[in-house]
Amino acid sequence: MAMLTAAEKRIGQQTLLFHNRPVILAVGSVVGPFEGRGPLGHLFDEVTPDSLLGQKSWEQAEVKMLEKAVDIALSKARMQPGDIDVFLSGDLMNQITASCCAARTVDRPFFGVFGACSCWTEAMSLGAVLVDGGYAARAVIATSSHHNTAERQFRYPTEFGAQRPPTATWTVTGAAAAVLTAGGDGPRITHATVGRVVDIGLKDPFDLGSAMAPAAADTIVAHLRDTGRLPEDYDLIITGDLGRVGKPIATELMAEAGYNVTPVFDDCGLRIYSDDQDVHGGGSGCACSGATFAAQLWADLARGHIRRLLLVATGALFSPTTYQQGETIPGIAYAVAIEGPDGGRP
Amino acid sequence: MVKATQKEQQAFKNIQKKYLPPRPWLRNAVLAFLVGGAISAIGEGVRQVYMSFGMGPDLAAGPTTATMVFLGALLTGLGVYDEVGRLGGMGAALPVTGFANSIVSPAMEFKREGWVMGVGAKMFVVAGPVVVFGLVTSLLVGLGYYLLYHPR
Amino acid sequence: MPPVVSSLLAAFLVGGLLCLAAQLVVDLARMQPASVMVLFVSLGAVASGLGLYEPLVKFGGAGAMVPLPGFGHTLVQGIILDITRHGVVGLLGGGLEAAAMGITAAVVFGYLAAVLFNPKG
Repeated sequence: MAMLTAAEKRIGQQTLLFHNRPVILAVGSVVGPFEGRGPLGHLFDEVTPDSLLGQKSWEQAEVKMLEKAVDIALSKARMQPGDIDVFLSGDLMNQITASCCAARTVDRPFFGVFGACSCWTEAMSLGAVLVDGGYAARAVIATSSHHNTAERQFRYPTEFGAQRPPTATWTVTGAAAAVLTAGGDGPRITHATVGRVVDIGLKDPFDLGSAMAPAAADTIVAHLRDTGRLPEDYDLIITGDLGRVGKPIATELMAEAGYNVTPVFDDCGLRIYSDDQDVHGGGSGCACSGATFAAQLWADLARGHIRRLLLVATGALFSPTTYQQGETIPGIAYAVAIEGPDGGRP
Repeated sequence: MVKATQKEQQAFKNIQKKYLPPRPWLRNAVLAFLVGGAISAIGEGVRQVYMSFGMGPDLAAGPTTATMVFLGALLTGLGVYDEVGRLGGMGAALPVTGFANSIVSPAMEFKREGWVMGVGAKMFVVAGPVVVFGLVTSLLVGLGYYLLYHPR
Repeated sequence: MPPVVSSLLAAFLVGGLLCLAAQLVVDLARMQPASVMVLFVSLGAVASGLGLYEPLVKFGGAGAMVPLPGFGHTLVQGIILDITRHGVVGLLGGGLEAAAMGITAAVVFGYLAAVLFNPKG
């Protein structure tokens, strides 16, 4: 691979190169009891006893989870909220109110981001830009989702007896946070490929995996083309929540573009729940990718089990208004390339 | 990227259909039959009880409906009816207990947004269409009946 | 077979078949449950107007009344009765009048449930 000059911060069409390689110093993850019963249950920092957390509404419970995740990440990094230069957070709520309320508690300069379920890597990309560019020495990124706040907002009241089709995915109840720093020891962010909105024309809000697969494929292919890398240069390329249906579709779309990702491709939505939890299509929601990364992937990177990771959270950019008006469901995906602390391959 | 072209959409659908899981329609149909049948049988049992009090079939209809509404409301309040719905699908949604569930579940859910704008305003957010289209269609049918059988 | 048992079985059969039909429409015609509920209420109303629903009620009892098509039937029969009594004004009054008990019960119990219970998710 050719040596890049310091001036080349953009490579190819969509990829940002971080010469200073911001460090993910610490992570925090909080999930609800259902997720705690899943295959990653023992890895999360905290599993709450219920999904209400003693609050008066699901929405307030989601804020509490977000605040807890930030607290956990900060304490692992041995920092106080006052040490943070900038806080970036996003979630699925209308007007990202969960993030805004949590930001009130964090009480530091705040950027709210929205990318539906892709918030985690969108926030990570932007956080890395700020740290790499010297605009922040310490950034905290966070994201959350809650099954009941999502159901109530996008689908039906929680006690309504509706049946879920086999393609439907289950929104993860949880929150994740990470501390990004300019220096220190930990997995390092090397690249971010900024997704563009991809709309293949689907309309079914109960089959978001299919709707997001083209965006995931588009961003991953763009990343590989921009960087000149091949799938096997990564130990793992993992999407946020394509699920059982979206993952094989995306695999085939990437194969058509000339990239065989099968040996290294996986999906957080398929890792976070077990088969007998009967979640149909798999897990989804901002916390799906966030909590899986914070609980499992970050440790894998830090310990050297994974040397190079491409984390690709995916989002379905729709609202009840748009799909009721017959609008199609566009997707987006943000890819972040992360290497173990010893820096993988040159 | 602008929206996909027809050709691109078709190419995508050809890939997608390989991986779309089939709906277990037979299993769902059988469960809907069993759950819907059971709820209907319970309704008939209630109706028989009211008729044994001396009410004729026409008079017993209203209280039977109200009782089934009460049952659906109670099971929804106890957090049980969503499980019945998960299993029975339309077998739980089509009976009037399902109608009650579709009114009680938003009433409970949106209590957090207050009694007026939450409970009051959103109570019919799911069941509203049934009432609206029930009234509209029945009025049209009634109009047809009137024009056919009661010419001026 | 004692008449009560046979009426329970008939109700099970009729109610079950109506729900089965609705489920098939959801799964095979890929319609949303709410749309299917609206469809079946309307079909019940039409069938009632054509005189086709009454025999189903006679045979199935609550099996025909408890599912939503029965609600459509109740509305239409109420309108027809009111037209017979009061002429054209029956069009507006009769339906809701016949359905009053069910709808009032739904609203009142909905409100009570909101007072007494919280959603568990």
